[in-house]
Amino acid sequence: MKIREIAELLKAEVPVCKDKIDEEVYSACAADMMSDVLAYVKDQAVLITGLCNPQVVRTAEMMDIRCILLVRDKKPDSVILDLAREKGIVILCSPHRMYIACGLLYKAGLSGGEHCV
Amino acid sequence: MSQDCIRLEFKVDSENFASAGSASESVKTQLKLLGIGSSDVRRVAIAMYEGEINMVIHADGGKATVEIYHDRVEIILADRGPGIADIALAMKEGYSTAPEDIRALGFGAGMGLPNMKKNSDEMRIESKLGIGTTIYMTVRLT
Ligand SMILES: Nc1ncnc2c1ncn2[C@@H]1O[C@H](COP(=O)(O)OP(=O)(O)OP(=O)(O)O)[C@@H](O)[C@H]1O
Ligand SMILES: [Mg+2]
Repeated sequence: MKIREIAELLKAEVPVCKDKIDEEVYSACAADMMSDVLAYVKDQAVLITGLCNPQVVRTAEMMDIRCILLVRDKKPDSVILDLAREKGIVILCSPHRMYIACGLLYKAGLSGGEHCV
Repeated sequence: MSQDCIRLEFKVDSENFASAGSASESVKTQLKLLGIGSSDVRRVAIAMYEGEINMVIHADGGKATVEIYHDRVEIILADRGPGIADIALAMKEGYSTAPEDIRALGFGAGMGLPNMKKNSDEMRIESKLGIGTTIYMTVRLT
């Protein structure tokens, strides 16, 4: 699935790294605890989260995650956006709640990969 | 020749939570530049980032030293924080003394130390109450 399709499906804005939205991603994971992302995630390219702080971007960077989907209308500040721009990580901001966002993506064929949170 | 290494040192600051993880980030960038395989890079990055976050949230910061050898990366994280009373207990998955405000930041699930062990090939913790904690990790490059 292209990141662009995720954005369209979830009515998401793309405040940073818009140039990367034609990249393909094959699996996603969802968590609000970065501890869990660090401990359980394996090769998922998209992180769906309701947490909105710079450590979300740092955690994504450590795990080679390429796209962060913020749910519940969270608005990232400039520190978060600058960090994501520097790391080349796409941020999507969707008004949907976590459960709905995950359900829509799963239904559209984005899998959870092997060891998803 | 085989003893040649690249040595990196970082001061880990606890004042600003937003900057926590910047040392691990620099190490990750450096390892990638050296052409080290991505799964090895990720293991170093995860192990060090968990340790760096721990120094920030549990110990008022500290010092990180990273030595990159041709066959391994050695990470030393030293702080002068409160120390760990029971290391075996701290190593258990799910054990955490992190307060609620740390959980609100996305940490404090008690997964960090076990995850550091999982991502390193060797790990040793030295800790004295009231003096501080030093963690030694070795990640062998495959
Ligand atoms: N550098 C340190 N100094 C003092 N205490 C520490 C240090 N590192 C870990 N601890 C203690 O060990 C416990 C377990 O650490 P661990 O990293 O496994 O979990 P956590 O940091 O509480 O949560 P998580 O890592 O999942 O975000 C901590 O809650 C803390 O009590
Ligand atoms: Mg921890």
